[in-house]
Amino acid sequence: MDFNIVIAGEAGQGLKTVEAMLTKTFSRHGYYLFSTKDYMSRVRGGHNFMQIRISDQKLEGPDEGIDLLLALNEESVEIHRAEMNEDGTILSEVESDKDEMVYIDAKGMAKEVNPRAVNTVFVGAAFKIMGLPTEQAKEAVKEHFAKKESVIDDNLELLKKGYQAVDQLYNLKDLGKKEDRMVIDGNSAVGLGALLGGLSYYTAYPMSPSTGILHYLAGKQEELGIVVEQSEDEIASINMALGGTYAGMRSMTGTSGGGLALMAEGIGLAGITETPIVVADVQRPGPATGLPTRTGQGDLLFAVNIAQDEFPLMVLAPKDQEDAVYQTFRALNLADKYQIPVIILSDQFIGDGSKTIPEIDTSEMKIERYLVDPAEVEGEYKRYKYTEDGISPRAYPGQLKDNIVLLDSDEHDEFAHIVEDGETRDKMVEKRNKKMEKLATEDLLEPEYTGPETADYILVGWGSTAGPLREGRKILSDEYQVGHLAFNDLWPLPTKTLEELAAGDAKLVFVENNAGAQFERLVRSETGIKADYNILKDNGRPFSGKEIYRRFKEEVSK
Amino acid sequence: MVDVNQYQADRETAWCPGCGNFPLRTALADALAELDLKPEEVTMYTGIGQAAKMPHYIKVNGFNGLHGRSLPPALGMRVANPKMTVIVESGDGCSYGEGGNHILHNMRRNPDIIHLVHDNQIYGLTKGQASPTSVEELRTPVQTHGVNAEPLNPVQFAVGMKASFVARSSVGDREHLKEMIKEAKKHKGYALIDVFQPCVSFNKINTYQWYNKRVYKLEDHDPTDHAAAMKVAQEFGDKIPIGIIYREEKPTFRDRMPSLEDKALVERDVKVEDLKYLIDEFK
Repeated sequence: MDFNIVIAGEAGQGLKTVEAMLTKTFSRHGYYLFSTKDYMSRVRGGHNFMQIRISDQKLEGPDEGIDLLLALNEESVEIHRAEMNEDGTILSEVESDKDEMVYIDAKGMAKEVNPRAVNTVFVGAAFKIMGLPTEQAKEAVKEHFAKKESVIDDNLELLKKGYQAVDQLYNLKDLGKKEDRMVIDGNSAVGLGALLGGLSYYTAYPMSPSTGILHYLAGKQEELGIVVEQSEDEIASINMALGGTYAGMRSMTGTSGGGLALMAEGIGLAGITETPIVVADVQRPGPATGLPTRTGQGDLLFAVNIAQDEFPLMVLAPKDQEDAVYQTFRALNLADKYQIPVIILSDQFIGDGSKTIPEIDTSEMKIERYLVDPAEVEGEYKRYKYTEDGISPRAYPGQLKDNIVLLDSDEHDEFAHIVEDGETRDKMVEKRNKKMEKLATEDLLEPEYTGPETADYILVGWGSTAGPLREGRKILSDEYQVGHLAFNDLWPLPTKTLEELAAGDAKLVFVENNAGAQFERLVRSETGIKADYNILKDNGRPFSGKEIYRRFKEEVSK
Repeated sequence: MVDVNQYQADRETAWCPGCGNFPLRTALADALAELDLKPEEVTMYTGIGQAAKMPHYIKVNGFNGLHGRSLPPALGMRVANPKMTVIVESGDGCSYGEGGNHILHNMRRNPDIIHLVHDNQIYGLTKGQASPTSVEELRTPVQTHGVNAEPLNPVQFAVGMKASFVARSSVGDREHLKEMIKEAKKHKGYALIDVFQPCVSFNKINTYQWYNKRVYKLEDHDPTDHAAAMKVAQEFGDKIPIGIIYREEKPTFRDRMPSLEDKALVERDVKVEDLKYLIDEFK
């Protein structure tokens, strides 16, 4: 089964709370879920909505069509009416004869108990309509309002009232809570991966849609004894984080495209000083202010070319919320190993959306700092010692007895002193580039391929399009031999699998959330391989599996 | 007292002969030695400019970063290793121009940092443009008819911001400068020392003679009296006071994080096993 619920209303109406309660409850009933948030750049008014898709099968992306609409205001009824599925239901405070409309006097009921808890009436009614019991919903209410005990009873009463006020229309069963699963949004996932990786210092400036990472980490400061500091601007963010690494702490920053633009020089500083750092870019459409609360994949070429001149850099894009945890953990290790900046390209689609994923398996996760062993340092410490693989032993100030640690943003010699001669410059550029060679051979991940051994078409995507493409491929595979190539590591660009597939007869269909086919341009410039088709979307909304199917039929297989 | 020779404060430099940076370097090395600090116990953060080359010309831990960005990297050391002495050092252009936003907000944070600004009232390394503190009469290749804005008085700004330690000194009085540095080290919190440091190559107005005529040592002044400090801070003309203009004991950046206690985060040694409970909140 596959059921799509939309909660819609004005900003400030409490959609987030409803979504949080429903998400928790559905998970505990054993459902897989995938949720997306569509909200405007404002705090009150306007039109926001959340989609929660639930199923007894694994879910990879959002769906089209609505089965149950919880319209928290009147306007939402009209806005979403056209998307209703045939047997869909609209729950609202609008009285109507139409078949799909179910009326509930939420405000009236709430007024008698607690007018601010009007949304809980909707939650209760929704559960009755779906045919689910309310035990888990009650637990979710208690947990959500744990810090405000006085309102728990009010909410429980309104949950019951809402439940009793409507009839059951569907037969969703309790599937039993699954212990090996969890639900997480992409921003918390990045934060979680970082914390598991021993992050001690996070410095960032609030910027949609990345602020969720900052909030999640800030909430963990006291219990973990780490420091999360809001910087005065994004230039400070990156420089503060670099100072953190220099001082010996695992450090990180996060932002969206506009902030990344301000960090550019600082990322170059990381490159030339060989200071490990992880920078999360939760993408949104730009340029400049663009669409602040929506999704896109338009920062790819910018990230790959982030600062003036050249330096070793890694760019990767997690495929979903689960990937975001592991990849952030991995990014911290790789940044330390190669002493490079690593940019994580996430986006609003997975950043703000929640997904049911298998419980994170920490058994293979090991924090590796790659710091120098002080016993191995002889004589005057060379921060930029020439080595075979280009990686110099890294120390932090105070780590070495009778030795100091110096970094410099100018071109420098092994001791970090400023140089201008051509010979040292050549040697240092070569040294830094060598690190990329090692990264490409030892640690780079090839993209993941799903599909038949010989395909006629291959959908090629990167980062968060993975979920919708997986679903789209499945739908298409009834009619076509189609495979899916999902890239995680983007720079250095893994080329092996791509070159093998391109050598065959399959048509390459690149799919991305930007207007300029940026990944295709990157692939073309690195390998000469061209796309046969580009399916592009740049309006701030994510793809759905069905949409991939439709666009393929319209643009490719005609 | 540590042997000042450990600091190697006689290394070859790229400074012009007669540059005000030389006596500044000597005063700094002397101060650090008298404070009983070894080179590895001091970390210096600089931006870009002639002043910012200091960590190459004296033996200390150093982060010679980007122009204007000497303060942000320094903050992390305060949580990583509270025992490390942190000195931020750069020119007036780097600290007050490019770095304006950072100096403002770090005064608010009040981290335990010594901020030494080499104030030569000009941009030296880029060959003679005006800086935020340049006098209006200064004519440069860019400010061809003199500077078209009022000069920044950094001491007035800092006292206005209630920065917890504000001092002014001059390389013309090395002994005074050394004492100011030692006082700044003793102070718990952000300590600004704006240091007159003549640029012999490009600034033909604010020369050693110009400063000698105007500079006088502050006496009979209570630096904890903010109103008095504001008055003194505005003096910049025929008479320019040097000394500690304002001083206030108040919570530092670290003090405001009680959960840190006296931990040095650089010593934080965590394993994934200790952290995996964080997964449970998502189940």
